[in-house]
Amino acid sequence: MAKTNISDAMQGVVGGELGRLTSFPITDSDIRRWAVAIYYPEDPPRLFWDADYAAQTSHGGLVAPEEFNPFAWMTAGGPRKATVGHDPDLTEITLGIAGPGLKFQLNGGSEVEYGVRMRPGDVVTSVRSLAGYSEREGRLGLMLFTTSQDVWTNQDDQVVKTTTSTLIRY
Amino acid sequence: MTQATVSELAVGQEIPEFQRATGLHNWNRYAAVNYEFVDIHMDDEAGQAAGYPTAFGMGNLQWSYLHAMLRQWMGDDGRILRLGCQFRAANTKGMIVTAHGKITAIREEGGETIVDLEIWTDNDSGKIMAPGTATVALPHG
Repeated sequence: MAKTNISDAMQGVVGGELGRLTSFPITDSDIRRWAVAIYYPEDPPRLFWDADYAAQTSHGGLVAPEEFNPFAWMTAGGPRKATVGHDPDLTEITLGIAGPGLKFQLNGGSEVEYGVRMRPGDVVTSVRSLAGYSEREGRLGLMLFTTSQDVWTNQDDQVVKTTTSTLIRY
Repeated sequence: MTQATVSELAVGQEIPEFQRATGLHNWNRYAAVNYEFVDIHMDDEAGQAAGYPTAFGMGNLQWSYLHAMLRQWMGDDGRILRLGCQFRAANTKGMIVTAHGKITAIREEGGETIVDLEIWTDNDSGKIMAPGTATVALPHG
């Protein structure tokens, strides 16, 4: 049998939910501060802070920059315990099984598909799940690729974005 | 972007850059909005312990610079449909980080012009830091 780090138990939990978050309602100030931080030291676009201007655009009002994070500074679930360390087996532990026990992990990158824009007043829900495993031989040995999918929807069940992230372990 | 401007787009064109001199002023502001208070982004000693000469900036901030570059080029009515990148190099203190984009395909779909781009950030030594791709939709006039 070929060498693999993907156990039957790991294959069995593909599709499992890794986490779920709901935001507090997004405010104008959350959006304005995000934009000021991103564009510093230049001024952010008016679409992100000037409600009168934004009302005249095709958006009909203020919207958030696409990459805005509504889950910073606590979520509607209240304070969470800070994660201690970065256990490479965290994905599997979350799903109640043993992980592959690999020592090292790298962020393999992310890809996002965008839906509707986030706006003041929106409540966003994130549901993150395990999308799958693959592996291949690399420079550093047998590399395990774990993909997860994070789907954000708003209070009207419209998809805000879908993020596919890859974690590389070896 | 006006209809005339959209009709002048061509594969191989580079779009205007988005550039920032980076350091604690940028990273602290980003930490404050994203609640990303991690020693390696705040403290040179922590950056050095991780093998870099100084503290270094968040990959997520380069992610934002790539988005900001597309927004600056498209104007308020353009839409980012898809964006992906990898983080390959650390943004240490004092680096000039520049986001770039180059058009790789153009097509018409449902009254919009859909444009694929190769995107990346690099530093002032020309090292590519976050390479990726994006697809945007530009409305007609």
